[in-house]
Amino acid sequence: MAVQGGVTGQRIPRLDAVAKVTGKAKYTADINLPDLNRYAGKPVWEKMLFGKILRCPLPHARVRRIDTSKAENLPGVRAVLVIAKEGAELRYAGEAVAAVAAESEEIAEDALRLIEVEYEPLPFEVNTDRAHEKGQRGSPRVQRRGRGEEGLEEADVVVEVTLRTPVHIHTPLEAHGSVVGWEAPDQVLAFDSTQALFAVRDSLAKELNLPPEKVRAICEYMGGGFGSKLWMHHYTPIAARLSRMAGGLPVKITLSRKEVFLTTGNNPDSVQQIRVGAKKDGTFVAFVRRAYGTGGVGGGFGLPGPVYSFPHYYDEQTDVFVNAGPGAPFRAPGWPQSVFAIESAIDELARALNMDPLDLRLKNDPNEIRQKQWRIGAEHIGWKQKWQPWGSQKGVKRRGLGCAASAWGGGGGPGSQPEVRIRQDGTVEVLLGTQDIGTGTRTVVGIAAAEALGLTPEFLRSEKFVVQIGDTRLGRSGTSGGSVTTATVFPAVYDAAEKALRRLLEVVAPKLGVSPDQLVSRNGRIFVKNNPQKGLTWEEATKLLTEPISERGQWRPGLSSSGVAGAQFAEVEVDTETGKVKVLKIVAVHDCGRVVNYLTAETQVIGGVVMGISLALLEERVMDRQVGRMLNPNMENYKLAAMLEIPEIDVVLLDMPERGVIGLGEPPIIPTAAAIANAVANALGVRITSLPITPDKVLAALGRTKI
Amino acid sequence: MAGNGKERKGVSRREFLKVAGTSAAITELLTGHKVEASAEKVVRIPRAQTVTVTLRVNGKVYKLQLEPRVTLLDALRNHLNLTGTKKVCDRGECGACTVLMDGKPVYSCMMLAVDAEGHDIVTIEGLAKDGKLHPVQEAFVEHDALQCGFCTPGFIMAAVGLLNQNKAPSPEDVKKALAGNICRCGVYPRILAAVLDAAKRMRGGA
Repeated sequence: MAVQGGVTGQRIPRLDAVAKVTGKAKYTADINLPDLNRYAGKPVWEKMLFGKILRCPLPHARVRRIDTSKAENLPGVRAVLVIAKEGAELRYAGEAVAAVAAESEEIAEDALRLIEVEYEPLPFEVNTDRAHEKGQRGSPRVQRRGRGEEGLEEADVVVEVTLRTPVHIHTPLEAHGSVVGWEAPDQVLAFDSTQALFAVRDSLAKELNLPPEKVRAICEYMGGGFGSKLWMHHYTPIAARLSRMAGGLPVKITLSRKEVFLTTGNNPDSVQQIRVGAKKDGTFVAFVRRAYGTGGVGGGFGLPGPVYSFPHYYDEQTDVFVNAGPGAPFRAPGWPQSVFAIESAIDELARALNMDPLDLRLKNDPNEIRQKQWRIGAEHIGWKQKWQPWGSQKGVKRRGLGCAASAWGGGGGPGSQPEVRIRQDGTVEVLLGTQDIGTGTRTVVGIAAAEALGLTPEFLRSEKFVVQIGDTRLGRSGTSGGSVTTATVFPAVYDAAEKALRRLLEVVAPKLGVSPDQLVSRNGRIFVKNNPQKGLTWEEATKLLTEPISERGQWRPGLSSSGVAGAQFAEVEVDTETGKVKVLKIVAVHDCGRVVNYLTAETQVIGGVVMGISLALLEERVMDRQVGRMLNPNMENYKLAAMLEIPEIDVVLLDMPERGVIGLGEPPIIPTAAAIANAVANALGVRITSLPITPDKVLAALGRTKI
Repeated sequence: MAGNGKERKGVSRREFLKVAGTSAAITELLTGHKVEASAEKVVRIPRAQTVTVTLRVNGKVYKLQLEPRVTLLDALRNHLNLTGTKKVCDRGECGACTVLMDGKPVYSCMMLAVDAEGHDIVTIEGLAKDGKLHPVQEAFVEHDALQCGFCTPGFIMAAVGLLNQNKAPSPEDVKKALAGNICRCGVYPRILAAVLDAAKRMRGGA
């Protein structure tokens, strides 16, 4: 591959870091009137309104009557929209009923209280097991290989475990929201906190019966999504309609934290009954799983299979429907849950075989990269020195080790249309309508261009290097999901920059008396390949331009690939008196092809591990099955890992430049909870079979072992 | 949310909208004219009078007309356009709205703007001096102590608040001082390293 590593593979602070640490970065929720008029390019509006949405308090109901007149008469209210008309069926607590736009947030809240709705309560179910028993489920999806379930007959040892994971909520810190205004009767300006800028533009245009180019969508800064902002949500067209009703005045809807918990997506739960069988020497023979889980009123339950080789394989998965908000892909959808269950089963198998669980994995893992990663990780955690058989410790505080595997695609593809401009004063502009959801895409885009142009990291971070993203007026790009963004945008931007450089070299070559292909650009200098003394600085070279250069590029093969592995190890200490699990250390070994930027790539891995710790020990949506509502729709009772939960995290990134760039967003969250669960089982000699691993479960499990 | 079920007379605004169509409705709305409804049937939410609130933020004095229920956070974001201070949970659970009040970190969502009168408020916008970043901001940039950046202002303000009181914090001190802040992207180890490094720089520079 052509990339030579001038700015690639360094430790470059993200390009938007200064905007973010000074509060200058304007997220959707931060857009106020001056910003709206600034983007519109002229003072279109003299006021911005605040929109709020009335939510159904019942898990299942029909609207008998709705009366918004009192809200309409409240001074300061500028628009009221009925969403669930008389007779409408509402299928979960939190579904939208009506919306208002008012001159202040306070008035909008008051107006919601003035809307009168009479509901007819309908039967409901929010409990996954009971819904499954009642038959509120889809048809089982079955995957089968070899002799399927019968393959277990060929095993010498078979273990069976049933494992459970709860519903998780994405909980991005920036609440979901949009600001939408009508600049003209057929022109809409829409800010949205989204992972899918162009999809939002196209969907909104469709909803409003406008051609796509009549909607401009913007998301320059984005406060996290984790899969819950992959498409246009209900509030965006609601804001657009309220705005139209209010004469086009922009309407800002920022969901409350409770609304985020109830309505913006969640990670389906799972019940997984697993049987695994092996030969006496540890060779895997058969894997059998029957699993179900719920994505609320939507579908979306699905678990990936094991990363290990099983000649016989049977996997049956069933979607269950309950009266709760719809599911949405959650960072590596299905993976952390599936890996938690499968790796737990494999550790139980190792125990039944009386084998070291790492040896059992090494014996059955077909992936060559991961074979290397297991060994590196084992070295870093001190597996050989520290690992002891299950439950061999007796003290009050007991330590244990565990490990688990990760796998992901992360490949890219065509569809991005970046533009690279070079101006006579040396300024470089890189333009692409992608979005940076916190993963560092803006910086990746910059690095790709700087790399192809032969510029230095200092130049990349200077005012002369401008990266513009997050606006549908720029060239189209895709959705940020599935860890595909880096492998999608890097090659396309590189291509555009390479084309722009070629144009520059064509101008420079005659001045140096050589042909363009005799020239190279490196470290901010353009010079003759065979005679490096003969050359010009970037500034001298660009001064020769008679007009600015502008080139578009597209994705091309060879600069990226797909398929990454990962192995993580956990060391924990469990207090047998309090039941508290303390994670002491996580070792995370991952690969992502060529590492574009070590600094941000490592941060990405750290972030995945932290979220994994959170899933392992803390996070769980709790539903009250009597009244059908979520009991913990807030950040106090829906527990999230914070400073005090964080152990030493040892990140090891394997650089494989020959593979090109590959995505890294999702793989690091996959194995963490599984590794921690195995470490806890190793420490205690008894397994906690459901996430999160809370002190009460630890104490209950220890009670069974009669300490 | 069940209503009182009383029938009402006259044309409601919603019915008016239905009948008149969108463009006519807009005119009506923009004039601010109240569509008639029989007065005794309108449940009025008593509208609090606004009060004058004088806030000193980042060294500047602002006189605002606010309803007394407006939080300091909403005053900053909605009335002063100081949107660096973030609203995340709006109930004191996440630390994203942290500002300094007389040098100490407070959750601006848990305080009414009227109660902030007479105090010195510093927000993330007021940390950099003469275009030069505060050492904590610098360290956050260099250590990549952020991803999406939405929790970042709150963390930085909490860290500056800590360093105002403790010039040489231990890692445990930093963890405890920042335990009330949530970062969903999970960059905590980076934040810890950045704050310790900033403390060192500030001691060196003092």
